[in-house]
This record gives sequence, structure tokens and C-alpha cells, in this order.
Amino acid sequence: MIRGWLAVAVFAGLVAMLAFGLTRDPSRVSSPLIGLPVPAFQAERLASADEHFDSTALRGEWSLLNVWASWCTTCLEEHELLMRLSQQLALYGINHRDTRDEARNWLQVYGNPYRASAFDEHGEVGIELGVYKVPETFLLDPDGVIRYKHVGALDEEAYQEQILARIREGRP
Amino acid sequence: MIPELGHFALVLACVLAGLQAFLPGWGTQRGNPTWMRSASSLALGQGLLVLLAYLALTWAFIEHDFSVRYVANNSNTELPLAYRISGVWGGHEGSLLLWSLVLSGWTVAVVALSRRLPMLFRARVLAVLGFVSLGFLAFMLATSNPFDRLIPAAMQGRDLNPLLQDPGLVIHPPMLYMGYVGFAVAFAFAIAALWGGQLHAAWARWTRPWVTAAWMFLTLGIGLGSWWAYHELGWGGWWFWDPVENASFMPWLVGTALIHSLAVTEKRNTFKRWTVLLALLAFSLSLLGTFLVRSGVLVSVHAFANDPARGVYILGFLALVVGGGLILYAIRAHRIESPGHFELLSRETLLLFNNVFLLIAAFAILLGTLYPLIVDVLGLPSMSVGPPYFNLVFLPLMLPLLFLAAVGPVSRWKKTRARELLRRLQVPLVLALAIGTAVPWAAFGSTSALVLAGTMLGVWCISGPLVALWRQFSRMRRGTSAGYSLRHLPRHMVGMTCAHAGLGVIALGIAFTTAFSMERELVMNEGDSVAFAEHEFVFRGVQEVDGPNYRAQQGHLSVYRDGEPIVDLHPEKRTYLVQSSPMTEAAIYSTVWRDVYAALGVVQPGGGWGVRLYVKPFIQWLWGGALLMAFGGLLALSDRRYRYRRKRRRT
Repeated sequence: MIRGWLAVAVFAGLVAMLAFGLTRDPSRVSSPLIGLPVPAFQAERLASADEHFDSTALRGEWSLLNVWASWCTTCLEEHELLMRLSQQLALYGINHRDTRDEARNWLQVYGNPYRASAFDEHGEVGIELGVYKVPETFLLDPDGVIRYKHVGALDEEAYQEQILARIREGRP
Repeated sequence: MIPELGHFALVLACVLAGLQAFLPGWGTQRGNPTWMRSASSLALGQGLLVLLAYLALTWAFIEHDFSVRYVANNSNTELPLAYRISGVWGGHEGSLLLWSLVLSGWTVAVVALSRRLPMLFRARVLAVLGFVSLGFLAFMLATSNPFDRLIPAAMQGRDLNPLLQDPGLVIHPPMLYMGYVGFAVAFAFAIAALWGGQLHAAWARWTRPWVTAAWMFLTLGIGLGSWWAYHELGWGGWWFWDPVENASFMPWLVGTALIHSLAVTEKRNTFKRWTVLLALLAFSLSLLGTFLVRSGVLVSVHAFANDPARGVYILGFLALVVGGGLILYAIRAHRIESPGHFELLSRETLLLFNNVFLLIAAFAILLGTLYPLIVDVLGLPSMSVGPPYFNLVFLPLMLPLLFLAAVGPVSRWKKTRARELLRRLQVPLVLALAIGTAVPWAAFGSTSALVLAGTMLGVWCISGPLVALWRQFSRMRRGTSAGYSLRHLPRHMVGMTCAHAGLGVIALGIAFTTAFSMERELVMNEGDSVAFAEHEFVFRGVQEVDGPNYRAQQGHLSVYRDGEPIVDLHPEKRTYLVQSSPMTEAAIYSTVWRDVYAALGVVQPGGGWGVRLYVKPFIQWLWGGALLMAFGGLLALSDRRYRYRRKRRRT
């Protein structure tokens, strides 16, 4: 019964894949975008539909690009750290699959660490960036090249060891 | 004390489930009728115990027993009673308990309604259900015990997630689970048939009402979920292609295919292996959905607390149940023969196409949902696919399905003639062309390819099955009065007509609401008025209101149409006191023709309030159509042939 065994084989493949998915520490998924310039995209700004957020403008200094949403509970975990980092680093947001209202309100309630946020209502920018789980954070060097990607809530340790270390190395 | 009682009941239920899984099955191998018969009593006992555990947890919620960790995490003294009762399934542990309760409910229903089945077959069905139940009860006890104590007890609970404090959510999960778990019955019937290596001619007739019932609940559950998202998420959307939504939609698509192929198997004694495979798949996708929601491998709006151990367990269970089922299928399916023959143009072929389209759609959604994982495994750039992908692949698959939904009902089994089909479909064709081209122009002054296709196919899909029903009615009326014929129309046929018409209604709703919805974001001060989409909105200001467990700023908008006041809307911005999360409560005025939808934004720095307004024509048709579909399922269930069987049993 070929059809039956075919179904078994497909299913076995599926299980193997799901098992593999479970073993992945989502925060260490490496991105093939690393070492490449951040994909060019234009989106509306969260603050106003008339202004544009242009990814090609993200250069000239080290910056963090953080994908967040008001519906994302993990985003609150890293929020405090982001507020602190916003004092010392250029931090930009991509508001992923959200509504303007909810997102702005969220920033008003908890505080806004971002210099600016792109409003990615339908997740199209997310697709460009290969967003896998919200939150995600990209480290961009002064040339706008992606140096590191962190999936999940950013913590002090990851900041010190992955982000700050890279910035120190990179600086002449 | 009562939580311990609940815990104990759960442990006992788990033991009984184990016995139910192995004793009757072993009995069928040994030919021991006592063991086989034990299945019913074990199932009843297990059902009672799970109910007891469920009531114990409900009691802990009602009485604010914050020494139970789960209650402390999901309730609060300020939480209204209705949400304390529904809060039982507001988190992972409790919703698993609901899952088990629903499964027990289905099992008890099988015990009660299947007395006429052969003993051997019945014992096997109950054994499979017992095994599934064992898996979930053991899972709960091992990793997710809702009765875990919190020592010392919390003084106050952390409150139910505010998103879940909505009437829609009170009934959404139970309906969804009724559907999900209901497919377990079809799965058990399929396994029992494969186990015995033969498919009785009556197998499809036994299985059909169970599948229809599960499908009906799943339809309601998905409809409610979409309605809830529309009301509660406050962004005017109704479907997001979120992994969790997809997880419920895939079993629905396969379940719909199963209903159709069961019809062929019952009436024409063919498609048998295919039907069995579909029965396995429908439940497999239900389990897969459970895995996706609870393992955290995919990102979703619906966040359950994630724990890798849970993911591993469910995956293992999934592999065991589905893998086992498929292997059994591979070994045994060749024994099942499908003797029926049919011509190329026949109802069988049309239903085969229906199945193909539904399965491709389910597969495409599965692919899209798992895409982030697939690319990760293959080492490709990790990425997600969004609504654009789903709309792109899903819509083209739905168009031929809508087309077939009118052709199938007027076609004949075995062999049908093209000329005959064309003659019967004259009226629907004329209606579809006339309404499809004229109405959007007349009502909205414009049209597009999507609107044209949606309206025509919607009308086509409503009128086609009605033609079939009319033919039946005319035939019956020749022998008797119109009233008698009307009352005695075969219920399964009326049900099918309703379900297909419901699909048509949904198509109309989607076409109009997608094409003609208007949206406006603006800043309003007290006394401001704005004309928008043939309505005038006057902003009367914002006041503070206190709810039981939240504080809200409530806006007040008066809405006029043609100068006449039609409604006062009160959208709210709520802050729930315990979780301090802000929530938007949209105010919606619904009529058959359109919804007027207002959401309150944030205070502007320069004064005034952000306000979001939508006018969404025909949007209620989406849920109306889903209700009509579910009602069709109910009608089909009430068909006389099922009642007849029950009556005969009593004598």
C-alpha cells in the first residue's frame, strides 16, 4: 500500500522537523543576513503615516533595530533594558503586525525607548528581515551592515557579550 | 481539601483511561467478551471523575482559592463570577482539563449512542478513545497539573488575561475543543475499522453523524474566534492567518473534505480507503494544532506559557497516535476494497475534486504555518510568511470550490450529463451574472475583479443547492400537499443546502467587506463632527468609568445617517488594575448591511483624542454565513434516518 507508507514517511519527516524545532534555542538562530547590509525597506512611521522610515538611513553610527509589538508579552521583559540602552545607543523599532493605536498606547504606558519606529502593520518588513519570533533585535554597524541578530527577549548578558563586545571590537 | 479531591479524581481517571485503553482491546484479541464490555463502564467512570476534577477546579476559582497556583495566576477577587467560571480554561493547565472533559463527554456519548454497533468494533473504538484520553490525562498530571499548590498561598490573584475577558471567549474554546476532540471519534472509528481489517458497509453511516457534529462545533468555534478577534483586538480585522487560527482551520478543511467523502462512501460504497485516511488526518491535524499552540515553536498572538518539556511530550504523543494510525493504515488499508464505479462526469468525480481542493488548501496552510521551521531546518534564510502568502494561495483554491458547491448538489451519482447540469443551473447562472454585475455597481458605485468573482460565486453557491432542493420539493408535492412536503424534505438535504448557502453568504461578505470598507484615523475634540462614509460622527467627549476590575476612559460618539441619529457609540480605553495592561474596547453598531465601528485612541499632546472609525459593509455576513453552515450541520444531524435508528433501538 504505497499511499499509506508515503503518508507514514511524510509524517515521519514532519515529526523530525518539529522535533528539530523544539531543540533550537530560538535566541541563537543565526541569520544569513548577518554580514549583509540591512535589506532596504520603506515603511510608514508609527508616529505618523505621513513620515517615512527608511532603512537605508540607518548608518553613520552603531544602532539596534528591535522588532516589537504591543501584543507581545516577551517584549515587556526586555523593555526595561531597552529603556536603559536608549540612553547610550541609537535604538530603532519595527512595530510588527500591530495597530497604530495599540502600539502608540503601549509606548505611552510603558515608555518609548525608540528614536523612531517603523509601522509594519501586515508584517511585510518582517518578511524582509526574516522575523521568526517577536521580539528580535538586529545590531547594525555604522555602514548599515547587520552584525548580529538576537531572537527573543534581550538580556544584560546577551547585551554585554554579543552586542557591546562587537561594538568595542568594531571601533577603531 | 477540594483541590486535592480534584487531583485525586484526575489520577483515578488516568488509571481508568489506562484500563480502558488496554483491557477492551486485549479482550478483542483474546475473544473475551467481559473485557470487551468493560469499556463502557470504564468510560463512564472516567467521564465522571474528569467531571469531578473539573468541578473542583471551578470551585477553586469561584471561592478564590489562591493557594492553588493556577487559580492565583489566572484569577482575582475582583474578577466577575462569569469570568471566574470561564477563567478555568483561560490558561494552559485548565484548558487541558477542558480538553479532557470534552473528550470524556464525546466518549460517554459514544457509549450511549453506539449500543447497536458490533461488540468487537465498539470495544475497539472505546479502546482508542481511552488511549487518547490516557495521553492527555498523563500529560496533565506529569507536566501541567492544574491543582498544584502554591505555598504560601498568594494574598491576591494575578487576574485573568484581560484579552480573555470577553463574552465571545467564554464560549469560543469549548466550541473549538468540541470540534477538535470530536474528530477523535472519527479517528477511533477509522482505527477500529483498520484494526479489524474490514470496513462494514454501515461504517460510513455510523461515522457520519459524529463527523458532522464535530464539524458543526468546529465551524461555530472558528466563527466565534473570528468574531472575538474582530471585537476584542480592536483593529477591525477578522482573520489574521495567525498560526493558532491556522491550527483550527486546517482540521476544519480536512473535516469538510471528510464529510463529503463519507457521503460517497455511504451512498456509493467507494472512496473507502481515502475516507479512512481523511478521518486519520482530521484528528492528526487537531493534535498538531495542539502541539503548535502549546510548544512555542511558532510565534503567535495567542501566547500560552511555553515549556520545552510540554512540547516534547505532545510531540511524542503525536508521533505515537498519528504515526501508529498511519502505519496501521499502510499495513491494513489494502484489505479494504472500494467496489463502486462511476463515470468521469458524476457526483463522485465532483466530490473528488472538492476533496482535492480542500486538501491542497489545508496543505498550503500547513506549509505556510510551518514555513519558518522548514527554512530553519534547510538552513535557508529564516523568515516568516504573512497574510499575503495565504491570501495568494488560498483564494484561488476557494474559487473552484465555490463553483463546485452549486454543481455538486444538482448532479447525479454514477453518471450525469453536461446538458442536464447546464439546464438545472440556468437559473443560478442568470442570477449570478445579473446580481454579480449589477448589485456592487448599484450599492457602491464601483466594482473590481474580486467583487465580481465573490458576488457571482456567492449568489451561484446559494442558488445552486436551492435548485436541487426545489426539484426534490416539486417531486414530493406531486403526491402530497405543499406544507407536508416542506416539512418532510429530507433533513440532510436541507442541511446541505444551508451549509452551501452559508458558504455563499460568507463569500458575499468577504467580497464586499474587503472591497468597500472605509477606515479613518483622526483627532477629535469635544464637539467636533466629521462626515465619513455616508455617516456623520459627532464627538461628545470622554469620561472616566469604573468597571469591576478595570478603569476606563469612555468616549461618546453620536452617529447620524442622512441627518437622522442612528446610534450613540461608547468606545473604551480600559486599564485593567492588576495586570495594568491597556485594552481597547471598540464600540460597534451592527446591522445586516454594515457595521459602524469606533475605537478610542490616545490623548493627543496638543489636546483632543485619537479616534479610529470604520464603516464595514456586509461584515456580519461572515458570521451569519458561519452560523448558517453550522445550522446546516445541525439539520443534517436531525435527519430521520438517525432518529429512526434510535427509535428502533428502544422497542
